[in-house]
Amino acid sequence: MATLDSKIPSGPLADKWRKHKTEIKLVNPANKRKYEVIVVGAGLAGASAAATLADLGYKVKCFVFHDSPRRAHSIAAQGGINAAKNYQNDGDSVHRLFYDTLKGGDYRAREANVHRLAEVSVNIIDQCVAQGVPFAREYGGLLANRSFGGAQVSRTFYARGQTGQQLLLGAYSALSRMVGAGAVDLHTNSEMLDLVVVDGQAKGVIIRDLVTGEITRHSADAVILATGGYGNVFNHSTSARGSNTTAIWRAYKRGACMANPCYTQIHPTCIPVSGDYQSKLTLMSESLRNDGRIWAPRKTGDNRAPAEIPEGDRDYYLERLYPSFGNLAPRDIASRAAKRVCDEGRGVGPTGLGVYLDFADAIHRLGEPAVRERYGNLFDIYHEITAESAYKSPMRIYPAVHYTMGGLWVDYNLMSNVPGLFVLGEANFSDHGANRLGASALMQGLADGYFVIPYTVGDYLAGQKPGSRPSVDAPEFKQAEVNVRGMTTRFISNKGQQPVSYFHKKLGKIMWEHCGMARTKAGLEAALQKIPALRDEFNASVNVPGSGDTLNQSLEQAGRVADFIELGELMCRDALTREESCGGHFREEYQHPDGECKRDDEKFGHVAAWEFQGEGKAPVRNTEPLNYEFTKMSVRNYK
Amino acid sequence: MVAVNTQQPFSVTLRVWRQAGPAQPGKFVEYAAKDLSPNMSFLEMLDVVNDELTVKGEEPIAFAHDCREGICGTCSCTINGKPHGPGKGIATCQTYMRSFKDGDTIFVEPFRARAFPVVKDLITDRTAFDTITQAGGFITARAGSAPDANALPIPKGDADLAMDAAQCIGCGACVAACKNASAMLFVSAKVGHLGLLPQGQAERDRRVLAMVNTMDTLGFGSCTNQYECSAACPKLISHDFIARMNRDYLKATFRDAFKPAPAGGGGGA
Amino acid sequence: MNLVGNLFGSSIGRKILMAVTGLILIGFVIGHLVGNLQVFSHPDKLNGYAHFLRSLGPALWIARIGLLVAVVIHIWAATVLTLESKRARGGEPYGVKTWIQATLSSRYMRWTGVVVLAFLLYHLAHFTLGVVQSDTFKETEALRHYKMTADYHVLGFTVVRAGSEVLDVHRMVLLGFQPLVVAIFYIIAVGLLSLHLLHGMDSLFQTLGWRNARWARSLRTFVMLACAAYFIGSAAIPGAVLTGLLKPVPVTPSVAAHP
Repeated sequence: MATLDSKIPSGPLADKWRKHKTEIKLVNPANKRKYEVIVVGAGLAGASAAATLADLGYKVKCFVFHDSPRRAHSIAAQGGINAAKNYQNDGDSVHRLFYDTLKGGDYRAREANVHRLAEVSVNIIDQCVAQGVPFAREYGGLLANRSFGGAQVSRTFYARGQTGQQLLLGAYSALSRMVGAGAVDLHTNSEMLDLVVVDGQAKGVIIRDLVTGEITRHSADAVILATGGYGNVFNHSTSARGSNTTAIWRAYKRGACMANPCYTQIHPTCIPVSGDYQSKLTLMSESLRNDGRIWAPRKTGDNRAPAEIPEGDRDYYLERLYPSFGNLAPRDIASRAAKRVCDEGRGVGPTGLGVYLDFADAIHRLGEPAVRERYGNLFDIYHEITAESAYKSPMRIYPAVHYTMGGLWVDYNLMSNVPGLFVLGEANFSDHGANRLGASALMQGLADGYFVIPYTVGDYLAGQKPGSRPSVDAPEFKQAEVNVRGMTTRFISNKGQQPVSYFHKKLGKIMWEHCGMARTKAGLEAALQKIPALRDEFNASVNVPGSGDTLNQSLEQAGRVADFIELGELMCRDALTREESCGGHFREEYQHPDGECKRDDEKFGHVAAWEFQGEGKAPVRNTEPLNYEFTKMSVRNYK
Repeated sequence: MVAVNTQQPFSVTLRVWRQAGPAQPGKFVEYAAKDLSPNMSFLEMLDVVNDELTVKGEEPIAFAHDCREGICGTCSCTINGKPHGPGKGIATCQTYMRSFKDGDTIFVEPFRARAFPVVKDLITDRTAFDTITQAGGFITARAGSAPDANALPIPKGDADLAMDAAQCIGCGACVAACKNASAMLFVSAKVGHLGLLPQGQAERDRRVLAMVNTMDTLGFGSCTNQYECSAACPKLISHDFIARMNRDYLKATFRDAFKPAPAGGGGGA
Repeated sequence: MNLVGNLFGSSIGRKILMAVTGLILIGFVIGHLVGNLQVFSHPDKLNGYAHFLRSLGPALWIARIGLLVAVVIHIWAATVLTLESKRARGGEPYGVKTWIQATLSSRYMRWTGVVVLAFLLYHLAHFTLGVVQSDTFKETEALRHYKMTADYHVLGFTVVRAGSEVLDVHRMVLLGFQPLVVAIFYIIAVGLLSLHLLHGMDSLFQTLGWRNARWARSLRTFVMLACAAYFIGSAAIPGAVLTGLLKPVPVTPSVAAHP
């Protein structure tokens, strides 16, 4: 049984990080170059960590499965990044950002971590501006802000609708500088397929070169995983097609605990699935709900075109169910309501999985030019994908998986329960609790990489003797490589009947049906029957053409989907055992009469961290109690 | 309920470039893509073709893709002779099958250029872009050393223009479209973005000289001002940035040649 | 000093050299045309002008060498850049490649450039060196003696006095364009040169960094008008000869024989 010591420093909340920074151990400059650190992933968290550690003087090796670090999926984030700058003089403060984030997470995150996040948020903006990130500005030349969900202040910094892109390119440029200077050894097209643990400490990785198929061993004094989230377990999500869980899943199988895997964020306004071929869901900004009205036909099976459905036959269900909030009901509530309507057979569109987001009233009230000015680019995206004009007929929208709050368990230093293994960004579980607020993911990735890990990795390395990292000839490396080669051979030689995508789609359906927006005991139990059966079917009949010695996308996908199948099972297990509703985890059995989440702080005011026990064995559920020293866990209420 | 898609399923013929590896010869191979929905994206159509190939035991077509929403810059096919296909200001992943008619023959090729060698089928190696960035596409800003973000006001016009350039997704369509395989639009977008901002001034001359030098060394061609690059660019980045970079390069060259050199010397106290 | 290295060694440097030499050559062809348009005036004008130019001596040679250097650099840079670009395109051509928006003139720069070079060589051989169509050239006795009927002024200074005997360039030009093939070749060649300039004039602003979207349209309009004017002016001389608008006056023995 793993020991989960959160290592939260003592003292007043606002002093914890400052105090910790002055107390943790340092590595002297001459010794830094004797330590080698592996960073896997180069999104916001990975690139910023690799660049900063190299700048400090550590020898850094960075592995990315993309062909360039600039392709990491952080690039797709649209809205913005929060920071408690209070440039608007509207009453923002570190404490408010802390409180909003903690409350947004439905009181399932650690106080100390969230407070630190809010504290360093201000440094992130400074850092990014210094790097040349072209944030939006006012005519006076100062930075512009906008408001975002879950906050009453304007604290979101943005670069048009491409904030993630600009922040990632900033981190990428910092990383590129260090690569150019020879301080980072960058390996692109390199996928981590195993973690090497020597004497209980993470000391290396096994990498497959995706172009040549070569499998190599790499040892280091510490390993940092910044490999993103696992939303693609649902097959359909707003994640990039390549986003996967493999790195953290293989680390889980080497002993790192997986925390709160069931916490999944589902975004209410995405363009619905149009057919079985669909590979990807596209987000439509939540801001559309300011002027759009959401409705579905009152009767089931109403096949009329939307314009032909008279007012009396329409059900503006959000306005009906949540009169005070109406169409601006919180994300999870809006998502679940759409699902219920569609489950009743009142969904719209070719698949019946969609509801209308109607701008007719807004166009009538404001005029088309005003609507065009506010939402023109979003209407264009919608038109590009669906070939329909949202000015003429209502948009069709449906919720989609967007972010995963769960991830590898880490302590306050962002180190997992396997010493030497650090986990940053969406790959860890740390700061968002059971639900993430908008514009917070970018903040967390960069906070971890620029401002937390440079301190905490030093604290760990100071305890390691310089030059003590094991040789890649150590038996642990050999064993890990054999493990990886075995997997590759198994896939290639299987020669079944079905392509990998067949299983991914099947898994996605099971997960969406039973572990999606609303979960029940019965549904989760059914999923826990179906997923192992799917795993067996996968093992028996997956077909991976080609060889392992060259670029082979089927092989890459096979490994990732195999991991998703196993992770899916763990998610269902986690969702089943968490007998409460909180944030993105909604158990139908546990809700208030108004449909709000009903938490059970007494029984579940803790982090569930699952520990692998071996193939075919049930994992152990460890818990880390959430001790709220300064805040009261209360009922989340946005009314 | 409401069937918005009034078009019937349709079929096209693909002529796809197949090449097993960088050193092997490639050729066009014909595939039939049947029962397509006009609402399918071009890449989803390739997914379907690939699944059919897999079931038949053949190797699927390797193609680069990731975010499928036009921002990561991974996808890279040349479709019917135009990088990223027939649309304007979009990437391959944002190209939908409704752009094609029943019975069309569609040529699908990799982005071609000597500096972008083919890795396999439709995938090319665009590491050269990273190498150029590593030569100078950054502002040196050590974490922890930044002044307050609002300490330096930047005129909105400059910031917006910098953002226009900064939108580059690094896909390489500019190189693929150019008859000279020139990387000028890519390089000038970065030079323009950083050169427009006050933070970027300290390294401005060094940056443009180093990036252009690296670009030349990597074997990209030169610009003949035909602006095919900006027309093929999924972000429609303007070739005005190329003019800007030319000017910057000339200025930097003269400054570099005539400015007095510091005497240098030892470390001090 | 990296100045020479950057200008001659880098792609942008070479483009800048192309632009600057192109600008010099544009200046020359426009000046050359304006001077030659005097053919439509009294023979005194063109002949006086030609005599004046030849009387400049060393200055003329400096200008000629300067132009030669410009031409050589322009062609050298074009050749090197073309070869590099061809190499950069790579071994495997596109199976299908479409143009998106490049102008016609820009697509044929290399071809128009080569034809213009051929034309330039013929033109020099024809009017400067006299190795082709030598019967119409200055060595012909009949063309050696033209007596100015009035003073020829440049910038208010009298540079050629009335009564001086000068070479009859006016007549040379008219005789030179007598063969139909030559006149048509000249018209086609200046047409291609105009097409070359259509892209070149626009392009040099881009290369020197003086062009942007704000006034690119105005620049384009200006360049199109300038090129059209250049073409009309240049084609007018052989055209006028071809259509008989300009006819060489028959040489009267009395004029020729007069000392």
